[in-house]
Amino acid sequence: MQIFGVPTQALFGQLLLGLINGAFYAMLSLGLSVIFGLLNIINFAHGALYMTGAFVAYFLLQGAGLGYWWALLLAPIIVGLVGIVLERSMLKHLYKLDHLYGLLLTFGLALVIQGLFRNQYGSSGLPYGIPAQLTGGHALGFMFLPNYRAWVVVFSLTVCLGTWYVIERTRLGANLRAATENPVLVQAFGIDVPRMIMLTYGFGVGLAGLAGVLAAPMYQVNPLMGADLIIVVFAVVVIGGLGSIMGSIVTGYALGVVEGFTKVFYPEASNTVIFVIMALVLLVRPAGLFGRGQ
Amino acid sequence: MHRFKALAIAALVATAAAFAGSGAVAQSGISDGVIKIGVLNDQSSLYADLAGQGSVVAARMAVEDYGADKKGLKTEIIFADHQNKADVGSQIARQWYDAEKVDVIVDVPNSGVALAVNQITKDKKKAFLVSSAASSDLTGKACSPNTVHWTYDTWALANGTGNALVKGGADSWFFITADYAFGHALERDVEAVVTKGGGKVLGKVRHPLNTQDFSSFLLQAQASKAKIIGLANAGGDTTNAIKQGAEFGIVKGGQNFAGLLVFLTDVHALGLDKAQGLIFTSTFYWDMNDQTRAFAKRFSERNRGIHPTMIHAGVYASVTHYLKAVEALKSDDGTAVIAKMKATPTDDPLFGKGTIRVDGRKIHPAYLVEVKKPSESKKPWDYYKVRATIPAEQAFRPLADGGCELVKK
Repeated sequence: MQIFGVPTQALFGQLLLGLINGAFYAMLSLGLSVIFGLLNIINFAHGALYMTGAFVAYFLLQGAGLGYWWALLLAPIIVGLVGIVLERSMLKHLYKLDHLYGLLLTFGLALVIQGLFRNQYGSSGLPYGIPAQLTGGHALGFMFLPNYRAWVVVFSLTVCLGTWYVIERTRLGANLRAATENPVLVQAFGIDVPRMIMLTYGFGVGLAGLAGVLAAPMYQVNPLMGADLIIVVFAVVVIGGLGSIMGSIVTGYALGVVEGFTKVFYPEASNTVIFVIMALVLLVRPAGLFGRGQ
Repeated sequence: MHRFKALAIAALVATAAAFAGSGAVAQSGISDGVIKIGVLNDQSSLYADLAGQGSVVAARMAVEDYGADKKGLKTEIIFADHQNKADVGSQIARQWYDAEKVDVIVDVPNSGVALAVNQITKDKKKAFLVSSAASSDLTGKACSPNTVHWTYDTWALANGTGNALVKGGADSWFFITADYAFGHALERDVEAVVTKGGGKVLGKVRHPLNTQDFSSFLLQAQASKAKIIGLANAGGDTTNAIKQGAEFGIVKGGQNFAGLLVFLTDVHALGLDKAQGLIFTSTFYWDMNDQTRAFAKRFSERNRGIHPTMIHAGVYASVTHYLKAVEALKSDDGTAVIAKMKATPTDDPLFGKGTIRVDGRKIHPAYLVEVKKPSESKKPWDYYKVRATIPAEQAFRPLADGGCELVKK
């Protein structure tokens, strides 16, 4: 059977691959959404921190002999702490200003972080292997699915849904959401809003660091790995609607799939298709597919 | 009295003629008294390690080793990042030639950018020494009296790697091609070799430059059941494709990669366990003889330990030959120097003796190399073993086949 000259089997394969790439979009755009929702900061340093996560995994292996599984636990914490330092020392002074200032600061930070890593480690990237437990793969009939990629999809989906649950369905999440609506009132209820903001930023960039660890065995650990990705992820956030948690998860996966299909039907456009969709969505629904217009 | 007057006039005329003569000499001499070399390449992205700052180091070493200062040739080297964008590269080239008095532009990876700079250099009658860019069009239909293409080109790669593989029984191919001038040229040249050798191309897919995820393209290549997956890309694109190919069990499934353009830094980034067994064509390897080893040692000390790629070697050798021509002519006029470079046989420690053809193609041997197994590698950067040497006269496209208008028919 064929669809537009492409065997359906190949399409199933692309669907699955799209979900894998979508997993990265979803995890990164989720972090961005959470940060934007609470801090009003468009965090352009997200890509650089994703890259930092991958490098932390590499350093842990080279320096301390700690493998992938430790990295999965430690790298997000380390990146999260880096984020908290950034938030306390710089970002917190910008909350009351226009979005533009936060964007400029984080964009500058991203350039500095990337530049430092590139100066030290070059641009070809460093090798990082797939953990022994997840090497190999399974022939599914329509494609060969590497075990590691299957793990990435399952793990990232769990993390995304877990985050959604915490924010939308728990008391902690309710406080968080309330604080985004009216921080003064929430503070009056005795909740330490500045601390909550700090931890949220740490958590958001921790997610980026986690995505970086997930990416390390698939791609080269490369100082530039975040630079291109972050632009796409911003498009995903815009399409999903800034600040919408579920929106960024669903859009992340969906756009991964769209991009995957583009790679079959017209590969040359695979790095532009998301921006075309973004333009269309902005024309029709400026607040994004899942966003609430204000 | 009349005689005296005539004598005085004659003297005046003679003096004027002498001054006019000296004026002509000054005009054809070194412009502004400085030979200004501009290294234009990718300083920040996927081609930054294989060219990048290393090319600047190589150019500096060429100037120092030539002893330009002692010979009274004042030189200055500047560099810039073209970000792999033809418009950015063109703008820098124009500014360099017009405002900054640059006499020669060197390196320029990314055939898209190089073809643009090639045209600008021709219009401005300056000099262009290509080391990184691969498209064989630079000495074919886009050839120029102001350009020398030094290190390698897509035809040479296709001829070296393609031929060896087709002869080894690789008769069905699938191409994963970078979607710009270089990828297209490389794919075209390899495809010609494959079909000429009786092989078949089962399919091809074109990916945007600087792609992270190759899984989709690999899956298509896998589905094609081609024996060889030809990677018509370079730098980070090649390493990403090979690394992810291992994940998708490409080699285990009986298919093989042909890295059509692989650099030393790519092998270093992949690690020998992933890169071992790759066969490709290179025109330079640092561990060939005492001279190349000595160069590599000095070079790596100045380039963060990174050993020279064939591109760095090409920058060094082409700048050396350029300075020779400038010294001989006592002029840095672009067209004249390039003509002199073509007329003079080349001789340098890295590529040995060679020539430059009328179409701008530098001629030297090429090597078919195989990446060592981890167990065979005895020292840092010990990565290649040379399987075959392609003699200089066979390594590059025959002069008549390129369609270059400088070649008299």
